[in-house]
Amino acid sequence: MQVKAKQTVGGGKAAATTPGMSMYQVSLSYGASSPERRLILENITLDVREGEFLCIVGPSGSGKTTLLRMLSGLVKPTTGEVRFRGQVVSGPSRERAIIFQDYSKALLPWRTVAGNIALSLEAEGMRPADQQPIVAALLSKMGIVRAANQFPGQLSGGMQQRVQIARCLAQRPKILLMDEPFGALDAMTRQALQDEILILSGEQRMTVVFITHDLEEAIYLGDRVVVLGDTPARIIETIDVDLPRPRDQLTTREDPRFLAHRHRLFGLLRRH
Amino acid sequence: MKRILIGSILPALFIASWEISSRTGLLTLESLSRPSDILRAGIAGLADGSILVATGQTFETALFGLAVAAVAGIIAGAVLGLSPVLERVVDPTIEALRPIPAVAFIPLALMMFGFGISMEATIVAYACVWPILIVTISAVKAIEPRLLEVADTLEMNFVERLRKIILPAAFVRINVGLRVATGIALVVAVTVEIVLNPRGLGYSLMLAQQSLRVDIMYAQLLWLCVIGYVLNALLRNIGPASIVLSRAGR
Ligand SMILES: Nc1ncnc2c1ncn2[C@@H]1O[C@H](COP(=O)(O)OP(=O)(O)OP(=O)(O)O)[C@@H](O)[C@H]1O
Ligand SMILES: [Mg+2]
Repeated sequence: MQVKAKQTVGGGKAAATTPGMSMYQVSLSYGASSPERRLILENITLDVREGEFLCIVGPSGSGKTTLLRMLSGLVKPTTGEVRFRGQVVSGPSRERAIIFQDYSKALLPWRTVAGNIALSLEAEGMRPADQQPIVAALLSKMGIVRAANQFPGQLSGGMQQRVQIARCLAQRPKILLMDEPFGALDAMTRQALQDEILILSGEQRMTVVFITHDLEEAIYLGDRVVVLGDTPARIIETIDVDLPRPRDQLTTREDPRFLAHRHRLFGLLRRH
Repeated sequence: MKRILIGSILPALFIASWEISSRTGLLTLESLSRPSDILRAGIAGLADGSILVATGQTFETALFGLAVAAVAGIIAGAVLGLSPVLERVVDPTIEALRPIPAVAFIPLALMMFGFGISMEATIVAYACVWPILIVTISAVKAIEPRLLEVADTLEMNFVERLRKIILPAAFVRINVGLRVATGIALVVAVTVEIVLNPRGLGYSLMLAQQSLRVDIMYAQLLWLCVIGYVLNALLRNIGPASIVLSRAGR
């Protein structure tokens, strides 16, 4: 896969002054009553800059999914506040698309691929005639034209994830929240999708929050990498990834800076 | 085909021995008629339209009551299935009302509506709503929560959510409830007609009995049997058919 030049994503991010999204002193506990009550995330303060590709890494079970769900509005923080473009987030919104980790559960099994993508447009109240060209464009953008009339159950994991991404893009979000989207895919598919998502976010100046437990993936994709510690998780480090864009699966990963970041992150997570 | 043949051996033997024993005088009970007489009465009833008219009346009422129960049961079931709090509030009431036999409401319904379709359909709806409601609640509870979250992030309103996510996702199981309820609807409708409503198949059965036309009575019983069988076969095919329908154009 060829990665086209993209000027929009890269070092110029610092120019954006008002943060796209922010968390301010957010903590979250699960469980209603005290014996089973568990503090998962503690005092998280985080800015997601407009147009930025922000990766979040952390040990398994540290609360990455929970953090992402708070950004989407599906989960409310126990204390603190989440803001989107200055407004306090009170619930889910079309403007913040979330790509679920378990893609097979997030697709409507009774709808075709095209139908799944169209769902986002139907929810917006768009006329079927207007939906068609948009669905067609997304199908071709995600490389799933030939699967248009198949049902999700008939597709491979990689294809299903492409469908979920296409549906999220159809909702024309301002921010894309991705929860280990490529974690369950084989290495080849994963690399192909990594590059595609880089192109997409670059083309549309999309803000992306990307969760992964794969440190190399985080460095390869991100403008910044936020590291969560063990439970109760706090932010233990934020790394600026100073690697040039467009990135390349071979050369970027061989870049000494890439390796240095990798070393550092690895050390951080091992200590925790 | 082979299975049908094998399956009809027993009924055929039974009918043949019945006919033979009543012709040879082995069976002389007044409550029994000969299969050949029953067949003749059945054909006559079908030919003069009386059976079909009665069937139409029974079906009209049963389906009317069933439709009311389906709409009410599915919507209420979806709401309760989505809201655990509400379900906990309503559940004791459901469990208190559900065991009351529907026919126990005949006197009340008679006072409210008089004789006719409304009274009968009300009883049918009461009997049918419970299986539909209960199956719908459990079906909606079993929906993959991810799908509801998709609806949340797309900011769907309740009607859209019901139409595009909840009903299709819960359809297979709700369909089971509908099938059970359809059987109940027919049983209850005929029962109400036998007990007091002067219309439909139940009433014709009573008329035949009261005028000592045992052959007609048996013919109608047989007819009910055929209707039940056909209905069940139809309902079994509705499942896949409606899934195809709900997929169409997507
Ligand atoms: N709805 C919930 N109720 C109670 N506890 C929960 C709930 N969701 C998650 N947890 C707990 O919160 C902790 C963090 O879960 P979360 O899914 O956010 O972690 P994660 O970092 O995404 O894990 P993974 O790397 O395995 O995806 C876990 O211990 C989990 O068991
Ligand atoms: Mg997770």
